[in-house]
Amino acid sequence: MKPFMTLTAIAVPFDTLNMDTDQILPARYLRKPRGPDYHLYLFHDLRFTNDGEERPDFILNQPEYRDARIIVGNRNFGCGSSREAAVFALDANDIRAVIAPSFGDIFHNNCFKNGVLPIRLDDEICTGLRAQLHERPGVEMTVNLDARQIIAPDNTIFYFEISDFRRRCLMEGLDDIGLTLEHEAEIDAFEAAYRDEMSWLYPA
Amino acid sequence: MADQRTLFDKIWDRHAITISDDGETLIHIDRHLIHDGSFHGFNMLDSNGYTVRRPDQTFATPDHYVPTTGDYADDERREKVETLARNAKAHGIPHFGTGDARQGIAHVVGPEQGITLPGLIMVCGDSHTATHGALGAFAFGIGASEASHVLATQTLWQRKPKSLRITVNDARPPGVTAKDIILAIIARIGAGGGVGHVIEYAGETIRGLSIEQRLTLCNMSIEAGARAGLIAPDEAAFAYIKGRPYAPAGGEWDKAVAYWRSLTSDEGAMFDREEMLDAGDIAPMVTWGVSPEDALPITAMIPDPALEPDADRRAAIQRALDYMALIPGAPLDGIPIDRVFIGSCTNGRIEDLRAAAAVLRGRTAKVPGFVVPGSGLVKAAAEAEGLDRIFLDSGFEWREPGCSMCVGINGDTGQPGERIASTTNRNFVGRQGAGVRTHLVSPEMAAAAAITGTLTDIRKLQS
Repeated sequence: MKPFMTLTAIAVPFDTLNMDTDQILPARYLRKPRGPDYHLYLFHDLRFTNDGEERPDFILNQPEYRDARIIVGNRNFGCGSSREAAVFALDANDIRAVIAPSFGDIFHNNCFKNGVLPIRLDDEICTGLRAQLHERPGVEMTVNLDARQIIAPDNTIFYFEISDFRRRCLMEGLDDIGLTLEHEAEIDAFEAAYRDEMSWLYPA
Repeated sequence: MADQRTLFDKIWDRHAITISDDGETLIHIDRHLIHDGSFHGFNMLDSNGYTVRRPDQTFATPDHYVPTTGDYADDERREKVETLARNAKAHGIPHFGTGDARQGIAHVVGPEQGITLPGLIMVCGDSHTATHGALGAFAFGIGASEASHVLATQTLWQRKPKSLRITVNDARPPGVTAKDIILAIIARIGAGGGVGHVIEYAGETIRGLSIEQRLTLCNMSIEAGARAGLIAPDEAAFAYIKGRPYAPAGGEWDKAVAYWRSLTSDEGAMFDREEMLDAGDIAPMVTWGVSPEDALPITAMIPDPALEPDADRRAAIQRALDYMALIPGAPLDGIPIDRVFIGSCTNGRIEDLRAAAAVLRGRTAKVPGFVVPGSGLVKAAAEAEGLDRIFLDSGFEWREPGCSMCVGINGDTGQPGERIASTTNRNFVGRQGAGVRTHLVSPEMAAAAAITGTLTDIRKLQS
């Protein structure tokens, strides 16, 4: 996993409520391997017509936002299907942070596993950020994970919450299975006691 | 009081292995369901050199990519099903493959096989895993990385979700099914209303639902954004479970039931939030937009964005109406449809098929449609009752089990511009194929729509 450092990049606003993962990556691309074309699947049907032409009105097709690496979304961003491929597609486009008032829980977890930082900020703050990004297309924002802060285009600083563990995993790009297996003795002891008590769950 | 615990607290506490300094709990996973979309998880496992810790607590069945006609749409899809079989075999995981009558949608197979039991923590790389909460299991969807973590460690790190109790009381009016109740709940609290919460469904209406109806209800908890949905296990749940292949038997059965009886929320246990609904206020529901929260009684009119004060919401309604090609103020009842789909982990069980067949018996469908049973065993049971004849005689296709047109991954999709009355769980843009317009309904309402060729109030056909 790529370590997450401080990121200063163009941010793109998505005003749509309940942006579901079917929009982020349509189901027909789930069977595709993570190859060189993967970046094309991101928001595919919003970005392209059925004939494969770019839709000029879609925000990521507008020249100022093409190189965006930060998304500022609306409520319940990433709801719906558990498909981690939605995050693979963000990763394939080097989009490293998503800011929104709330996230689909599974999408939120999937982001952390792929070096993408999901940031929850109040609804009003997100609305304000999106307004700034619409007013100044292509403007940059900064996400500082170490300091748990973002710097808006107008230089306002907002702080966000993230657990120490998740912050460390992102900053160091850690393999969390390896970290969990450091608890293997506890897992073994738990399972032994549990299997004994819940014998009905383990037919001989 | 700390010693008064919710059902969810009890399940959570029993599975906590350790708690990290910053408040994440390492929880034990009792059972992990995997399917033909689970290949990323295995790739991650293999590439990091890990093995499956508990193959006996892992169960595999292909569902997303399997054809419902017998023929794969292409080799790429066939390869996904074969990869699951290969991974299951390599790791010693029980596998209900194609050709095995037990194969089906993971969330139909789990309860059917007695894999789903009260008090368990279950996961699956599929957001509709909440289904299993109908039997009192805490069950939730995970991504591919989390699946690889479960395969390797049989655990997950989780922050404890908040609790939301939704109490539904009073008798269900005619024509109102579990599907209508959950659509009414989602319309009430919103598609993000349950984010970060586990829902416990309670109240006399819920207790009066059959187990299969409860499976339908819990299934769509994710459409309200909830981590999971739960119902306290009761005598109906125990009766449903008894005798199933993976359920405890003999002396172990009594021991299990004794434990399961403790799995209720204590009197006075505190929930982070509470919502109350009166079932008597619920009518047969239908969605009109592109989020499951866009649900209204079939007697209602298409909403007018001009009347919506919230700007984001107004834009959402306009976007939905543009995609769905609907006119504000027009009645939902009577909107012409092109196709009907009956099936899915939401409504692909035997009771669902019986309900649809009861409406269709002796009638002819005006539009094409197909019925996809949730599993091979559901299909066999339906055929033993002659339901397949009723569907075929009314003009439906009778197909092989799988997820099919709920998500279209196997190639079962509608044509651009088609309008489908569907017993599935998501009406997202493009969900059933690019440009396809989905209206979510109960099996009874889907059958009624087939007969009239329009969205129809089922009560008009039942009286």
